[in-house]
Formats: sequence, structure tokens, C-alpha cells
Amino acid sequence: MTTTGYDPAPAAGYPDAPPRMGFFTDTSVCIGCKACEVACKEWNAVPDDGFDLLGMSYDNTGGLSANTWRHVAFVEQAAPSAASLDVLREAAEGATQFLGMPSSTLPGETGREDRDLRWLMMSDVCKHCTHAGCLDVCPTGALFRTEFGTVVVQEDICNGCGYCIPACPYGVIDQRRDDGRAWKCTLCYDRIGDGLTPACAQACPTESIQYGELDELRARAASRLATLHERGVTEARLYGHDQNDGVGGDGAFFLLLDEPEVYGLPPDPVVPTRELPSMWKHAGVAAVTMAAAAVAAFLGWRR
Amino acid sequence: MTREQSVVPRAEFRSYYGRPVVKPPVWRHDIAAYLFTGGLAAGSALVAAGADLTGRPALRTTGRVTALAATLASTYFLVNDLGRPARSHHMLRVAKPTSPMSVGTWILATFGPAAGVAAVAEAAPWLPPRGMLGFATRALPPAGRAAGLTAAAVAPALATYTAVLLADTSTPSWHAARRRLPFVFAGSALASGGAAGLIGADPVQAAPARAMAVAGAALEIAAAHGVETRMGLLSEPYRQGRAGRLLRAARLLTVTGAVAAIAARRSRAASALAGLALLGGSLATRFGVFEAGKQSAEDPKYTVVPQRERLSRS
Amino acid sequence: MAEAHPVGFQWVMEAKRRGATVIHVDPRFTRTSALADEFVAIRAGSDIAFLGGIVNHILANELDFREYVLAYTNAATIVSEGFQDTEALDGLFSGYDPETGTYDPSTWQYEGHNGQTSHDTHVHRETAGGLRQESHGPPVPAETERDETLQHPRCVYQILKRHFSRYTPEVVERLCGVPPEQFAKVCDAWTRNSGRDRTTALVYSVGWTQHSVGVQYIRTGAIIQLLLGNMGRPGGGIMALRGHASIQGSTDIPTLFNLLPGYLPMPHHQRHETFDQWVDEIRHPGQKGFWAEARAYAVSLLKAYFGENATPDNDWGYGYLPRMTGDHGTYQQVLNMIDGKVKGYFLLGQNPAVGSAHGRAQRLGMANLDWLVVRDLYLIESATFWKDSPEVETGEIVPEECRTEVFFLPAASHVEKEGTFTQTQRMLQWREKAVDPPGDCRSELWFFYHLGRLVRERLRDSTLERDEAVRALAWDYPTRGPDDEPSAEAVLKEINGYDVATGAPLPGYTALKADGSTACGCWIYSGVFADGVNQAARRKPGREQSWVAPEWGWVWPANRRILYNRASADREGRPWSERKAYVWWDPDKGEWTGHDVPDMEKTKHPAYRPPPGASGAAALAGDDAFIMQGDGKGWLYVPSGLIDGPLPTHYEPVESPVRNPLYTQQANPTRKVYDRADNQLNPAPPEPHSEVFPYVFTTSRLTEHHTAGGMSRQLAYLSELQPEMFVEVSPDLAAERGLVHLGWAHVVTGRAAVEARVLVTSRLRPLRVEGRVIHQVWLPYHWGTNGLVTGDSANDLFGITLDPNVLIQETKVGTCDIRPGRRPTGRALLDYVADYRRRAGLDATHYPPLETP
Repeated sequence: MTTTGYDPAPAAGYPDAPPRMGFFTDTSVCIGCKACEVACKEWNAVPDDGFDLLGMSYDNTGGLSANTWRHVAFVEQAAPSAASLDVLREAAEGATQFLGMPSSTLPGETGREDRDLRWLMMSDVCKHCTHAGCLDVCPTGALFRTEFGTVVVQEDICNGCGYCIPACPYGVIDQRRDDGRAWKCTLCYDRIGDGLTPACAQACPTESIQYGELDELRARAASRLATLHERGVTEARLYGHDQNDGVGGDGAFFLLLDEPEVYGLPPDPVVPTRELPSMWKHAGVAAVTMAAAAVAAFLGWRR
Repeated sequence: MTREQSVVPRAEFRSYYGRPVVKPPVWRHDIAAYLFTGGLAAGSALVAAGADLTGRPALRTTGRVTALAATLASTYFLVNDLGRPARSHHMLRVAKPTSPMSVGTWILATFGPAAGVAAVAEAAPWLPPRGMLGFATRALPPAGRAAGLTAAAVAPALATYTAVLLADTSTPSWHAARRRLPFVFAGSALASGGAAGLIGADPVQAAPARAMAVAGAALEIAAAHGVETRMGLLSEPYRQGRAGRLLRAARLLTVTGAVAAIAARRSRAASALAGLALLGGSLATRFGVFEAGKQSAEDPKYTVVPQRERLSRS
Repeated sequence: MAEAHPVGFQWVMEAKRRGATVIHVDPRFTRTSALADEFVAIRAGSDIAFLGGIVNHILANELDFREYVLAYTNAATIVSEGFQDTEALDGLFSGYDPETGTYDPSTWQYEGHNGQTSHDTHVHRETAGGLRQESHGPPVPAETERDETLQHPRCVYQILKRHFSRYTPEVVERLCGVPPEQFAKVCDAWTRNSGRDRTTALVYSVGWTQHSVGVQYIRTGAIIQLLLGNMGRPGGGIMALRGHASIQGSTDIPTLFNLLPGYLPMPHHQRHETFDQWVDEIRHPGQKGFWAEARAYAVSLLKAYFGENATPDNDWGYGYLPRMTGDHGTYQQVLNMIDGKVKGYFLLGQNPAVGSAHGRAQRLGMANLDWLVVRDLYLIESATFWKDSPEVETGEIVPEECRTEVFFLPAASHVEKEGTFTQTQRMLQWREKAVDPPGDCRSELWFFYHLGRLVRERLRDSTLERDEAVRALAWDYPTRGPDDEPSAEAVLKEINGYDVATGAPLPGYTALKADGSTACGCWIYSGVFADGVNQAARRKPGREQSWVAPEWGWVWPANRRILYNRASADREGRPWSERKAYVWWDPDKGEWTGHDVPDMEKTKHPAYRPPPGASGAAALAGDDAFIMQGDGKGWLYVPSGLIDGPLPTHYEPVESPVRNPLYTQQANPTRKVYDRADNQLNPAPPEPHSEVFPYVFTTSRLTEHHTAGGMSRQLAYLSELQPEMFVEVSPDLAAERGLVHLGWAHVVTGRAAVEARVLVTSRLRPLRVEGRVIHQVWLPYHWGTNGLVTGDSANDLFGITLDPNVLIQETKVGTCDIRPGRRPTGRALLDYVADYRRRAGLDATHYPPLETP
């Protein structure tokens, strides 16, 4: 499979850009060990994110932030089988409430009728979008596109204007509170430049996080998806792989076992800049209207 | 979106423990305040230029001084909100059309000095006619006019680019409002500029300002109504919670101010009060829009549901 | 495994990728279950019933791998007439003595060999005799009577059939809470994936061992794997996942009271008065196998210890070795500390204040010493108990009055020193030193070497007899560097063994001599420095060698990667299938060959049968695959060596809300108990008041933390991943007890009450056991009072009851109550727990008898 169309590094002006590099995160083999979170912090000297028991299953990190560049999400899904239902019914007799963790019900087609418990685990990361909202709106040039097609913040330029934060359709980049600047995953720019593997991919014991040339990763992902579908895991799907989606496809894409929003991902992310020409147009018309109103106001009251 | 679509009940949706999908802006109230002071500066510059060209000196002075004061306040708010204020000049490293903030930086970089020169020119009458400063005494008025006209030329851009700034994000209720928000801000800027004129000049001189204010108020209310009702689920944050309260207050103040401006056109005091109401309304509008955006980012339903609907339509 | 061994688990994932089916059996749905193909929820403590059901399924449906069973197990061996099974004696085997709570195993012996064994089983229990016998096979005669048709009513096969016949799928459902459809699935999967062409691996961890019947758990698994022909075969076997790095090494070169290196037993003061008595007990004259050379191993070890001071005239210094006088196990020691009998204690990388059962006893024991030396990376709870333990809060320990003087010596971490790790697959891997330890931190090797050196200097002029042993030690290791760090390589060379005269390294244990010409620190490790090359340091990448990868590290013994691999070929020496070929007989060359080092003498023909009266290695036939067993066969039935029976039997855990439905005998009749007021256990049926503690609780680990938390709760990056002690309950139990998700709760037993935040989750499910709903509660045990994140310690909840064979504590199942809200503090806490004890009838006047009346 070859890249068709838009390739961000050459488009950003690199004359002899190397192949685009990225992540394929196969959540079907994630064991939720969080080695990726720790390895990333160790390499990048990212501060800890606070000691808070969030009770979101085993997720005490919460989400991607300025101090968490790899975040493992946990989703417990329970739909009791017939066998356990009557035990539960008996146990619940007399109880007034069914307390439980906030868990979603199983999607319709699981392909495994005998499984009544699922625990989804997924290592989330910056998507390094082909069309990156954060990069588009950065007014200082701190955010830039590297020769590998990744998106990196230069911490010596960022002045903490904060614009990238609401611009990201995935809610990734964030401002560090006591520091003022915006921080996010660099796809270990300081490692891949020397031919090393990013820290998270290096640490992942089950190769859930795979690093490599994006074309090759996409081929691998398609093949893995086919294998899972053959085995009856019909809820498996790829996310962020489609170059025709609202961000032009992600440099870091995923294989998920349920809908994206279950993991906290937007179902149909669109880079806000896509509508920018239309926005300028509307602003232009509004500006002209304003000018016209002012002119009319003064003309109408000429002495 | 038709009226029917805007009342379709929200579908069941799934999320990750109810956590936000996108991040709400980290901007503090400085930015909401800047939306107001920027619009006020723009509107005032237009009033000042119009007054200058139609021989209304009191109105001109009011406009120019207000424009400068609002610009200085704007600068303060923008720098103060930065995570690293000492690096605010880094904004000048690039000029990026894809970044409304970059575009705005250059708009302000043009408007600011122009408004500054125009305002300083108002000091010309108090300067000695001869000597070293005598040159300034003679040069300022024409320089002031040129500067004032420059500022006025840039003013509509200054007033409306901030709408693009907000809309060019993934904040659901801002992005959804991208077609209407420029008109809300344009109207609000007109209203606040006109209001400044009502406060600073006598009713006779301020007549065009009154017209501007009323026209602006009408534009603002009409556009805001569209934002609050015609965007389906994404209008909801503009009607609920703190944002809803602010926008309702804004409408009340703006309507009151506009009506009072017309009714009290002979009274200086009443006109001034009307102006204050209009200013208050404009301020509340900006804060309301700001809050609504944050609210829409904090609740994942505003991200997930419209995107799911979009997917099921395609 | 995904929780505690995430890196190793990648190989399970790789197997899954290649089409393997993964079945996970656990009281709760963990991260391992999430990736398994089948998750079986089981009541903690009922695994013998579960596995027994599978044994029954295999035998009742004749699904065993018959040729393998006949060739390599004792299925055909006939047992003596006097043997009576639990079926006949309502949960006991023949020979039980209620006075001592032990069995006389004479009736368990093979036919024709009654009375040939002399055991003081009570002594065996005190000295954890099972630990020694696991690897070198208790004494049995070489010649046995067999019925190859497996029809004789007293052959092992038939005994097995009768014994397990009551473990029906219905019983499995009643006892374990496993529905019959799911149980059938597991039986099918296991049996269909075993045989000539396929093998199934059984993997377990401390969730199986830390029970009062822990050894019998493993035994049941071994029975299944033997019946299905999975032992000694690639992709088969039983893998024990250990509790932390290099713990395999801690039994090989032991830190256990009852073992010397290479599983030689520590001498006992009565039974091994002389050197010859000691050696003969190890050798078992008349037995098959390589323990026949025990004299050579023993002498070489003593030469390593005492050098020139070990001579033929002084029995090689045997008199210098300490003697066991009874139970020197860690729990007995702690109770002795409480009773004032122990003066000093060294803790090295160990945190019993948090990590051992009955935390309160541990801390009260440590508070009653003259001195305590703690070596660790951080100030762990066992070093600071005197000022911040829960007993300070209750007033039981007063810092100003605590008599223990605590010395804390900072330790070097594993990257700051060199040496080997020995992991669960018996692999030694050498580690280089990467950085110097900071400040005063030092390695264990440095500490013991210099401690020994200083002690010996103090004793240099002593004439006291009791100081002779220390003065006789050979203690000359080379040191280097500014800290005079001893050379770990020199130690490894000594462990490998060398020729005393020339210093030349020995090639393996077959070169060891009993005449004092060889020295060897650990006979099973001999060969690790063969040819003067540090074999444990080899790191040839996997892609550059065969799939067995023999050139990565070094495995004992003799770099043999799968033990008992003779069983991977049939009686004639041909592989069971091409697909599963591992080692085989090459008739042209007249030798064993294959992918691994064959576990059989290289040139011994498969058809070799020993002459009558042969012993030692010569007594091993060409089809005796289990070369360390006295009869060369894998044991489905254990005639001697286990204290609690020749066959696994379902006994309830010592603390249980369930009356054993299978037998009158409720719990293990030979379990090790410490009946004292500070160690009363929660009542279990038929004792009254068991409803005071109606819930079953179990503990295990989280990936994010490490054992007692000393190495993880000091690190921000790990602490933030699991920042608080929590308890997991099912939604139904939460409703029953009014527990709120993320609220507080406290868990109460007869020993303590600990508090934790509540996690309500469907991963815990109520089970129907014996017709009623049983709730299980789960706690991680990583928390203590020190570190970036602190909390109560789960191990405070347990009392001390031990498996009789190896003296391991039952800390994977107990009973408890759970209530919402935080626990009381100070004296109110003591009163609160005391009130529970009172209601449960635990008044220190009555202790349940070992034999249930």
C-alpha cells in the first residue's frame, strides 16, 4: 500500500523527507500494564500527574494532558450470561440499588456469546494528524511539522497562548499549570532521529504499540483486522487510518474493539481549519456589514 | 438547520466515564474581557473616524480616547493570559493565515499604533505652538487623521477576527456558530462603540453614535438569537447554566440600552445610562459566548452526539 | 500473569497469536482474564475440587494418553493392601494419628515395601521436609510390582479413579461455583489439546501455593499433566511463576532454613548425628537416580565452605554445620520474637511488616528484639515500625520504650552490582554492574563478605568451641575498587566448582568427587562456569540459534531446558510426533540427541533394563524418564514424602464459610497451626459463629506496584498509577453492605481491621456455592505507612496457618466482614476487633482440633 495524495512532511517544505513514521496501537493485545505511560515519562522527564484515585476502573490517570502523553484507558463491560444471571438475581434480592462502575453495555455483535465480561484496554496518544489543528492555529510557530511527518512543540518558543488546546479535535495537547507552556507527545523526536524506537513502543511487552513507517503499519493493521474478523471478533475496527477522514488520517492510529467514544475518542473528528476559508468569508461579510453600518450612521446624520 | 431538526431529541450516547472528549480552552476571563475591549476599540475607532470626517470634535475625541484605552486594556488582557507573558513577542515570529490568532496579532499590530497616534493627536491643542514640540503641534492633527482613518479601516477586521478565533477550534458550540458569530461580534462592537459615543459626547454630536449603537444592538440580538436557537443540540449551552444567564442578561441590557438610547435622545444623562447599559450588554454577550464554549467542551455529549449524527447521515 | 509478569505474558500473547487457546481460572476477572479466551470464575480455595473434576473427567472417559501413562508414570504400580483412601475414612487416609496430627505413611507404600520407610512425619512437618523432597524424590524402592493392564484394584490407576470419582461436574458446580457447561468446555479444551500432536501448558503462581493445601494444588495439576502426557514435552509442563526476581535462586542457593545449596537438607540434630547418617539419608541407598552420588556433592560443598579445614579426619567439617532442632521457619521465629526468645534479626530486601501474614505479629515481634538490621533501598515499614506502625497508633508500641535498636544500611539496587538472577525456568542470567551505588549503598555481597571478615577478625584469637565454625570458614574472596567490593565472578566460580589442587573449573556435577579433591558451592549449578567461561553471561540473540536457544544464559542442571524430556519420546525412543519432537534416540549413533540436552544418560539404550539389585544411576532403565524419583516414574500417587496424603483431596481453607460437603474432615488434618491467643483463626463450620465473618477474601497484586510496595510506593511514576489502597467488591455485595464506589470501607477479621477505598466492579461476581450465594472480596497487599502513597496493609488481616509440607502461609483465602466507612483508630480499633472476636467465640480458650470430629 502506498501513500496517495497529501504527505505532510514534503508539503511542509522538506525536500528529501524520510518516510512518514507513526504508531499503530493494536488495543486487542493491550494488557493494561501502563509500561508505556512510565517509559514515556522517564524518557521525557514529564512530571507526575498527581496521586488521585479516579475510580475509572484501573485508570487513575484520567486522560491525555500536558503531564501525560501516553494514557491507558480501561473500560469494563458486563452483560451477565444466563448462567450467572440467576445467581445475581438471587444475590440482589432485597437490595434496592444496583451499584456498579460506570460501564457501557456490550455492543450488539460481539461474536462471542459465551463471553459476558469484557475489559477494554487502550493506550491513547497524540494522533500526529495529517492535518493538525494544533499546528494550524499556533501563532508563534512553536508547533511545527518534522521531517518524519510528526507534530512537535518547541518548548523554547511556546508562550502559552493556549490556542492549540481547544483546537485539537482529540483533546490531546494541554497547558502545564505551573509552567505555562503547551506540552504533548513528540513521538520521541529525540529518539527516532537517531534511529531508535520511541520509548512507549520500546517498553510495550505485547507489541500493542508498534512503531514504524506509516504505510507499513497500515498494511499490518489491515491484515490484523482481517485476522480478527475471521476469528469472529467482528467488533474490531480501525480508527484514524482513513486518509479521507476529517483530519486526513492520523500518524498514530488504532485498532479498537468498540466505538471510539467508548474510549473517549471523537467518533468523527474534523480539523477545525477545514472550514477556515468559509469562516474568513463570513467574517469578511460581517466586517463589511459593520463598516457599512458605520458609514450609514454618519451619512444619515450629516449636518 | 430547520426548526424541526433543532428540536429532535438527543439520542443516547456513550462516553468514557462522562469525561470531556475535547479540552475546554485554558483561557481565563482575560480573553473574554479582551473580546469586549477589542470590539469596543474597533467600534470606537469607527465612531472617531466618522466624527473626524463629519466635524464632530467631542465625538471624535471620545472615540479616539476610548479606542486607545480599550487597546491598552486589550494588550494587558492578552499578555496577562499568556502562560509565558515574557514571551508575548513570539507572536511576531510568524504570520500564518491558518491561525486566526496570528492574523489577529498583525491586525492589532497595525491598529494599536494607529489608534495610539490618533489619540495622542488629541493632545495637540495643549502643546506649545513653537519650539521643539511646535513641530508636533502642527504635525499631529493630520497625522492623527491619517492614523485614525487607518485604525478605522482595520477596525472591522479587529472586531470580527475574534469570532474566527473562537470558531476555529474544536469547541463544539463555538465551531458550530462559525457562520453567525462574526455577526454577533460585529453587532456587539458597533453597539459598544456607539455606546462610548453616547457617554462621552452630547446627544447632538452623538447622534450618529446612537444610530450605530441601535443598529449594532439589533444585529447583535438577531445573530445571537440564531446562535441560541438554530444550531440544534449545540445551541443548548448558550441557553443553559452560567452562559445562559449571562446571555439573557446581555439581551436584557442591550435591548434596554437600545430602547433607552432612542427614547432618551434629548437627555445627556439618560443617553449616558443607555450607553452604559449597552456596554454592559456587550460585555455580558462576550462572557456568555465564552462560557458557552467552555460548557460545550466540558460535556462529552456535545462532541459525540453531533458527530454520531453526522456519521449516520453519511 | 499479565498483572504480575507483564513482560513474560508477551509469550502468552505470542502463543495466542499463533492460535493457542488461553484459559484463565481465578476468583476474579483480572487483566489476564481480559486477554484470555475463557475466564472461569472460581471460589478461592476450591481449586483441588476443580482440578479433581478434570482428573475425574479424564479417567471416567479414558482420555488419558495411555502409552505415556504406562511408560512414564506409576499408574501401573500396585499399592499395599493396608492403604485406605479418603472415601473409606471420610476425608482421612489410613494411618492418621490425632495426637500429633500427622500420618504414618507405612500403609501408603507400594506393595511389598511396607515398613521400609522410617519417618517421623512430625519432624518432616517441622522442617518443611516437602521442600527438600520435591526435587530429589523421597525414598522408594527401585523395584515395584506393576499391572500393565491397569485393572488390578490396588494399582495406582484404579485408586486414582476411585478417589476422584466423587469430583463430578455437579460437585464442581456446588463447591467452586463453576457452571457445568463452562466446566465441560475446559475439560474438552485441555484433553483435546493433549496427546501425541499437541501439548497443553499449565501455568500457576502464588495464588495456588499460598494455601494450607498448596502443595496438593500443584499435585493435582501434576496428575492431570501426567495423565495427559504433557510433562517433559515442549509446550507442555507446569510453569510456576514465582513471586519476584531470582526467587528460584533463593531455593537453589537457599535462604531457607532447611536447605543447603542444591537441595541438600540441613542436618537435623537427632536424625543426622553423623556425617554418614546424613549422607545416607540423602543418597537413599538402593534408590535409582543421581542422588546416589550425594556424598560427592556433600563433600564438595563442605570443601567450598571450609577449604583446608575440611578434611577426611573431621568428616569434612560436618561438625561445623548448624543443626535443625525443630521449626525454624519464619513464622515460628516471629512468634519466638514475641515470646522474647530471639535477640537479633537481619532483614535483607524483605518487608515483613507489610509483606508477611499477620502483620501485627510481625511488628510486635520486631519490637521485642535487642537489635534489628535492615538493608533496603528505602526506609521500609520494617525499619520504621517502631515509630509509625499501626501499633504505635493503638498504643501497643511506644516509640520511646521500644527496646529494639534498628540499624538501617542502604542497599545497592540490581543495576549497581553484578551477579546472577535465577528465574523460574531455572535459568541463570549474569547481570553486569551499570553504575556505582550512591553514597553508602552497598551490595549484599559486600555486606556479608565484610561482616564475615570483621566477625572473624574479632574471633581470631578465640578458643571457644562455638567459634570454631566461623574461624574455619574459607573466606578469601578477591575484592576490588575503592569500596573493596568482592568479585561476584569469583563466587560464581566457586559455585561452579573447581579442582582443589589446580583450581581448574569443573565441567559439571558428574565431575564431583567424594575424596575432597573437588570443591563446589552448589552441585546443580556446576557447569555454569565450565571451561572458564561465564555461561550465565551468554546472550546470543534468539534469531541466531535454534528455537530452544541454549546459548542464552545457562540453565541448571547441565543447561537442560526442559526437565524429564525423555518423556518427549516413546518407550522406544521415537518422538511421539514430528510436530512435538524434542529429544530422541539415534539408533545409528547409539545415543540420545535432539533440540535440548537429553535428560537421560547419553548412551543408555531405551530398552536398557537394570539388573536386579542395581542402584544409583545404573538402576535407571532406558524408559525411566523421571530420573530424580526413586522409581524413575512420574508420580500420580505419592507413596511417601508428603505429609497430608498420597492423593490430593478437597479440604476447605482453614477459614471458610462453607462446610466441606465431601467429607466430615473440614480442613487439612495435618496443617501446621500455632494455637496461641495472638493467632486465633476465624471459625469455620462445624465450629459455631462462622457467620460473623461471612465473606471470602483473597489478595493478589497489581501490575503497578511490587509486593510490599518498598520499591514502588517510593516512585512517583508508579504511585500515581495506583495511588490508594482499595478493595474490590461486586455490585451485589456493595448493595448488601451499603458500600459506595470510591467511598471508604473497612475489612475485618479476627486479627485486624484495615480500611480501603471501594471499587465496585462486575469483575467480581457472587458465586453460588452449596446452594447459597457466596461473596468474594479482593484486596491488593501493596500498601503500608511509608512512601509517596500510603495505606493500610492487607496482610494484617491474615492469621498464620501453614501448609504442612513446606510451611507456606495460607494468604490467598480467608474469611472476613466488610463494612462501610473508615475503621476506628487508636484504642478504639483494638476494641472494635476484640468485639468481633468475642462474637465469633475467639476467646483463646478453644482451638478447633485438626481432625474434625
